[in-house]
Amino acid sequence: MPPAAELVDATKKYGDVDALRGVTIRVELGEVVAMLGPNGAGKTTSISLLLGLRKPTSGKALLFGLDPTNLDARSRVGVMLQESGVPAMLKVREIVDLFRSYYPKPMPREAAIATAGLEEKANALVKELSGGQRQRLYFALAVCGDPDVLFLDEPTVGMDVEGRRSFIERIAGFARSGRTVVLTTHYLEEADQLAERVIVIDRGLVIADAPPAEIKSRVAGKRVRFSAPALTEKDLEGLPVTAVTIDNHSIQLLTNQPESVLRELFRRGVEISDLEVAGADLEDAFIAITSH
Amino acid sequence: MLFRQTSAEFLKLWRVPAFSATSLLLPVVFYAFIGIGQASQRLQGTHVTFGAYFLASMAVYAVANVMIFSFGIAVANERGMKMDLLMRATPLPPLVYLLSRCITAIVFAALTLVVLFPFAYIAGGVRLDGSEWFTLAYRVLLGSIPFIALGFAIGYLAGPNSAVAVINLIYLPTAFASGLFFPKQLLPQIIQNVSPYLPLYRFGQLGWDAIGAPTSESVTTDWLYLAGYGIAFFAIALWAYRREESRKFS
Repeated sequence: MPPAAELVDATKKYGDVDALRGVTIRVELGEVVAMLGPNGAGKTTSISLLLGLRKPTSGKALLFGLDPTNLDARSRVGVMLQESGVPAMLKVREIVDLFRSYYPKPMPREAAIATAGLEEKANALVKELSGGQRQRLYFALAVCGDPDVLFLDEPTVGMDVEGRRSFIERIAGFARSGRTVVLTTHYLEEADQLAERVIVIDRGLVIADAPPAEIKSRVAGKRVRFSAPALTEKDLEGLPVTAVTIDNHSIQLLTNQPESVLRELFRRGVEISDLEVAGADLEDAFIAITSH
Repeated sequence: MLFRQTSAEFLKLWRVPAFSATSLLLPVVFYAFIGIGQASQRLQGTHVTFGAYFLASMAVYAVANVMIFSFGIAVANERGMKMDLLMRATPLPPLVYLLSRCITAIVFAALTLVVLFPFAYIAGGVRLDGSEWFTLAYRVLLGSIPFIALGFAIGYLAGPNSAVAVINLIYLPTAFASGLFFPKQLLPQIIQNVSPYLPLYRFGQLGWDAIGAPTSESVTTDWLYLAGYGIAFFAIALWAYRREESRKFS
């Protein structure tokens, strides 16, 4: 059986800009895959190619082994896109019914609305919805066709913490029913919670493709975090660290030898406070992998 | 699918009063202001009343208005709000989408006639043969097709916020210049010279001829002119659509 979605050595140029520089990705049916990467890494471009919204400059994009613009392939796919609009003057249940009519075997309308938690807004006009509710409406539209594969491009963008948490739970619920989910995100915890596989994209290339645990283990080590208002770059020179993040006076280091790092810092006479040493998480791994 | 899409398109337009109210009521208001006062006067040398003549004018105005605005504004809005992106990722066949739009516009156009005809009958005392009512209705609906293409072209060429302004700038002056509000003879000579080449003038001739008013050329000539404009507008719309495609979706 052909994979659910596949990019084969795909490149994409927008004018002079190389958005993708040879990406190969294979998503099998039933997988839950997160595409992770900083803004502009090529996540949305990859999704656009897989959905047939854009054509690869070279290489191939396939859905179920078919061209992504093929309507049979598309009728097995549900989509949530960044920055897409829906008609403001339709009611939630009307637009859900409209999208259901595009698919051969849609969910019942109530089920689609309930999956997105919009029961109370079923009779509201789209223009009356809040940002978070609108995002959930897009989710309802993505799942209402009962698709085999769900593409979610930055599904939780603009949501508050609580909204994001419950939304992740909805996506996980859908994935548990054996469906394939491909989502892009720059929230690492989302990838960690949802995905069996994380594809890290950076500057148009796949730089890692592995289960979240394996990606974390690439940064076998510890995260050392502290504040040091008087710290200069010179103080960090030559330390056995794999990544450094400096945010104002808060410094974060990734290292396999936290003890030697701290000993050296103290020897150099650096004043530090709020010291914290912990095991590295996916976020740290991500920083380590993509640090330029 | 076609039915759902059509009813959704219809609701989308219906719930925008700026569109639905103006396109349904404005022709009636114009008819009340201009047509009723002298409705029973006969056009010089004919038995046709001004009420009937102006009914034909307003029918043409109303239907072309629906076609240009519904397509122009819908397309421009869609581009502005990026609705086209999500629709494109669905299995909705583009032809169904296009067809649903056309059906919606034709239904809307027919509705304007449903409002306008009885109003002219009651308030304007317009009495026509059954065949004349019918001829007027089918000619204005069929003759409006070039204006669909024009609406599309403007929708793709104008920005989302300027589409309404652009359409008004084009549509209102040409409606005047085509003699839809005042008979052509009352217009300045320079405009009289231009008007035979305006698509709305040709469209108007079809309406006036339908109710028995004299027109300057044969109906066939008017149809041929409209067909020519239709092809030209369609070509422009197609070009604009392709341009948009290659920019956004290649």
